[in-house]
Amino acid sequence: MINKVLELLKEEKACQRISMPSGIKAKASDFNLWYGKVKALKDINIDIKENKVTAIIGPSGCGKSTLLRCFNRMNDTIISVRTEGNIWLDGYDIYDDVTDCVDIRRKVGMVFQKPNPFPFSIANNIYYGCQVNGMDVEKDEVVERCLKQAALWEEVKDRLSENALSLSGGQQQRLCIARALAIEPEVILMDEPCSALDPIATAKIEDLIHELKKDYTVVIVTHNMQQAARVSDYTAYMYLGELIEFGKTKQIFEKPREESTEKYITGRFG
Amino acid sequence: MGPEARKAYHEELKELKRMVEEMGDLASNAISLATEGFVELDEGKVREVDDIDSKIYAYDRAIERKSLNLIALQAPVAKDLRFIGTCLKIITDLDRVGRYSMDIGKVTERMLGKTHMKKLVSIPHMAQLTIEMVDTAIDAFVEGDETKIEPIYENEEKVDALYDEIFREVLTYMLEDSRNITIGTQYILVIRYLERIADHACNIVERVVYMETGEMIEHDI
Repeated sequence: MINKVLELLKEEKACQRISMPSGIKAKASDFNLWYGKVKALKDINIDIKENKVTAIIGPSGCGKSTLLRCFNRMNDTIISVRTEGNIWLDGYDIYDDVTDCVDIRRKVGMVFQKPNPFPFSIANNIYYGCQVNGMDVEKDEVVERCLKQAALWEEVKDRLSENALSLSGGQQQRLCIARALAIEPEVILMDEPCSALDPIATAKIEDLIHELKKDYTVVIVTHNMQQAARVSDYTAYMYLGELIEFGKTKQIFEKPREESTEKYITGRFG
Repeated sequence: MGPEARKAYHEELKELKRMVEEMGDLASNAISLATEGFVELDEGKVREVDDIDSKIYAYDRAIERKSLNLIALQAPVAKDLRFIGTCLKIITDLDRVGRYSMDIGKVTERMLGKTHMKKLVSIPHMAQLTIEMVDTAIDAFVEGDETKIEPIYENEEKVDALYDEIFREVLTYMLEDSRNITIGTQYILVIRYLERIADHACNIVERVVYMETGEMIEHDI
């Protein structure tokens, strides 16, 4: 009986939500994060627009990957991490005590710097997430859909049972994107997805990002400012854990408001 | 903030600015010599203007090549991009200033062996204002001072007023005596060239406004 009451209370609490402004998929409000005693994110306020690509740029150690990982609570795996403030996804606070991390990560997929396919077949790499999440989907269908969405289908359709590790780096990264798409996320986080790839593979991923934003909201961390300029609709510039400037990419790269942004993007400080 | 990065690239930008400044000085010199040559009907000065125009053209090509290289190799953004875009635009204006100076020289060549209708006062004054406008526009570019647009616009109004005044005066001379038509037409050409040079000075300073602020000055067409 007590368990039932607690469960009801939990459901009641989880249902609390704020109304999000139109076109905003996710939002950080006065968000702070500490690694032990070190404050890595300071009063971050940012709106992530739906079906747009948002790039986060800034020098090493500025907190851009940390901020990215907050959007699916990947930082929870680090013991010394403490947070304050809120991150909202569709109006729900993802840092609420009752929020289910697995559920969040299902909605917010992630692609990492280095391609990390499972040592399974190409098809099983994609289907694995569906199996784990108990999704009732047809394997062949989901494999084809995701590989097509990731612009990899034509290259691998005749070798779906081959080990994913036999693919090139660029193909492996697109497979990882396809794998992330399999569980039908709404947001895709990309942490320097092209840093280990050659220019051709990079161009394919960038083309793919353009396609993906029709169906998904994309947030990308990149050290490559030209890549941010090419692929994103909005750009956030961070420095020493603070969000210095956020605006349309065209405005940031043509006429930044903040001197610090100008200095960084024109290489006037390293 | 850490130490400056991309030093070699920033040195290239400084070099580009220096080249545009030198091209601007040449263009200003070309107008001076061309108008002096016209007032004094001095063929030697016409030849000097031709030489300067060749140098201006060489700068035009060199600056364009350097700008395109910087865009291709350094992927400039923000103010750097606006600066390079400004260089690419204003060298066309400076090249035109050189061409108009040469055109004034051609008028002088056609006038050689003739004498002026009267002692020239308004045309040298108009030329002086025009030179000041070009000099101020180049200073604005070098110093990154968009506020210099105000004195340039003020001078442009004076140049336009002088153009109308001289045009009417020359027309009167031509109506009075048809033998004045040949020389009068040459005067009208010279003031037309000077008026166009003044417009190019305005173009340059308007580009400086964009370079400094990111705002483009729009004109009604």
